[in-house]
Amino acid sequence: MMIPRHLRTVLCAVALAALSAPAYAQLTIDMTKPSFEPVPIAIVDFAGDGVGGEMATVIRNDLQNSGLFRSIPPGSFIERNVNANAAPRFPDWRSVGATGLVVGQVSQVGGNLKVDFRLWDVVAGRQADGLSFTSQPNNWRRLSHIIADAIYKRVTGEEGYFDTRVAYVSETGPLNNRSKRIAIMDQDGANNRYITDGRTLALTPRFSPTLQEIVYMAYGENNGPPRVYLQNVDSGRRELLGNFPGMSFAPRFSPDGTKVAMSLSQDGNTDLYEMDVRGRGMRRLTNTPAIDTSPSYSNDGTQIVFNSDRGGTQQLYVMNAGGGGEKRISFGDGRYATPVWSPRGDYIAFTKIMGNSFGIGVMRPDGSGERLLSNGFLVEGPTWAPNGRVLMFFKQQPNSGGRAGSVSLSAIDITGRFERQVPTPTDASDPAWSPLIPQ
Amino acid sequence: MRMIKAFAAIAALMFIAACSNNEQAAAPSGTTVTPGSVADFRQNVGDRVYFDTDQSSVREDGRQTLNKQAAWLKQYANYQITIEGHCDERGTREYNLALGERRATSVRQYLIAQGIPAARIKTLSYGKERPEVVGSDEGSWARNRRGVTTLQ
Repeated sequence: MMIPRHLRTVLCAVALAALSAPAYAQLTIDMTKPSFEPVPIAIVDFAGDGVGGEMATVIRNDLQNSGLFRSIPPGSFIERNVNANAAPRFPDWRSVGATGLVVGQVSQVGGNLKVDFRLWDVVAGRQADGLSFTSQPNNWRRLSHIIADAIYKRVTGEEGYFDTRVAYVSETGPLNNRSKRIAIMDQDGANNRYITDGRTLALTPRFSPTLQEIVYMAYGENNGPPRVYLQNVDSGRRELLGNFPGMSFAPRFSPDGTKVAMSLSQDGNTDLYEMDVRGRGMRRLTNTPAIDTSPSYSNDGTQIVFNSDRGGTQQLYVMNAGGGGEKRISFGDGRYATPVWSPRGDYIAFTKIMGNSFGIGVMRPDGSGERLLSNGFLVEGPTWAPNGRVLMFFKQQPNSGGRAGSVSLSAIDITGRFERQVPTPTDASDPAWSPLIPQ
Repeated sequence: MRMIKAFAAIAALMFIAACSNNEQAAAPSGTTVTPGSVADFRQNVGDRVYFDTDQSSVREDGRQTLNKQAAWLKQYANYQITIEGHCDERGTREYNLALGERRATSVRQYLIAQGIPAARIKTLSYGKERPEVVGSDEGSWARNRRGVTTLQ
């Protein structure tokens, strides 16, 4: 896909000549093993410009937060002032326990920022990766995430997810009169901004898997019914998706971004529909007296998982993408909600409602292999990182003494390890992870 | 009868005001509930009904309230109304939007059955987004599972 030049971040990316033959023996992590140790990695402040130190901080933070890496504190480094274009003193790095070493050089070239970085396999004593990027100077944070993604991919063999954004619902004010706005930030919490004005409640943002666009639901002015909107997060351009007599809500894009599945309520009954984004044609997918909502397409676009109370309680069902062939897939104790198909196709994540607690879990698309990853008083609304390895969701603490419990975002690896809170400037719910941002 | 009730309410207010000289700001003098006003509807009829967990059928106590609402709405036929449907926090956001719509619709249908024209009644679900009571206990949840009749 061609990206307009003004939106491009990386003007140029080239491989650096290897200073030694690449080695593939030591600097890897096998994530299929039930327990694996994080890779100890040393990331030296990039040389040549003040922003180099900040870039190294962003990269350390990304890799450390993934749980797959352990960033060695820079204070313990023996070799300082490492030259990015020469081999490091490997024994110095082995003795601080590093398996990998990242060094970089920042320079200004014709008003642009040029960043060279190298990843060294310390154990083998060889270069594992080396790339050079040129971009506008204000893109240094994105370049840092792109470098962290390159390191992640080189070590794990899987695509990274650090050069991404998260849309979510920012919540402020008292619980019984709360302002809920759609906000967007980088995946690490930087560059937070608001994309709805807060005059009416805006909920359930969902990212396009192909573009920097979201769909969400917002209430109308003066008690107007909730409707679904499509909004470009960069330009801010917003369009109404359908003007139906009742409430339309729970939108979600198809994997190719050309369709949006959503719920429509008419006369108190909620069914699933699919809209063609370009032609705006609407097709009905379910027709039952039950609540059918929270649709999510399979990664290949051929099926939709959703939740329905047609059997008496909320459970998960899978059907053909055009409707029909509905089959229940959840059979454990409790109620199941908000199913989300992994972009890799191997799992469906969901919210589970049990007696006094809620859980976030995953199961195979046929319903087998159910596994809870996190639970709490109220945890809800999983969303997948584009590589299908990490889930983000929200966590609400109980209200007490007339005061609202805090609501915040959390991320967790699909192994159930490395749960951590994601920083947001306000209370936050309903995260939606973007695809990798086009370079 | 309705007038007598309104006067009784005013008298009660005046009595309370007289008993609490230090709290006059809380009960401004001259407060009256005009028959046919929104305040009259809220205080003397009752603007809300409550639901059982994950249910949307109107309970017996709710039917009594809705019968009174229907009588009042027939007398003051100039009002358009919106039924707001609400849920407690023990469900997911999207499902609760649908459940709130079901609750609002069940109140609407009850009022229609009592003779209120369908064209006067709209519904609007707030799911779990607008609790009446800020609490995470059975008592708070019971009051948040509600249908509220608002007048326009």
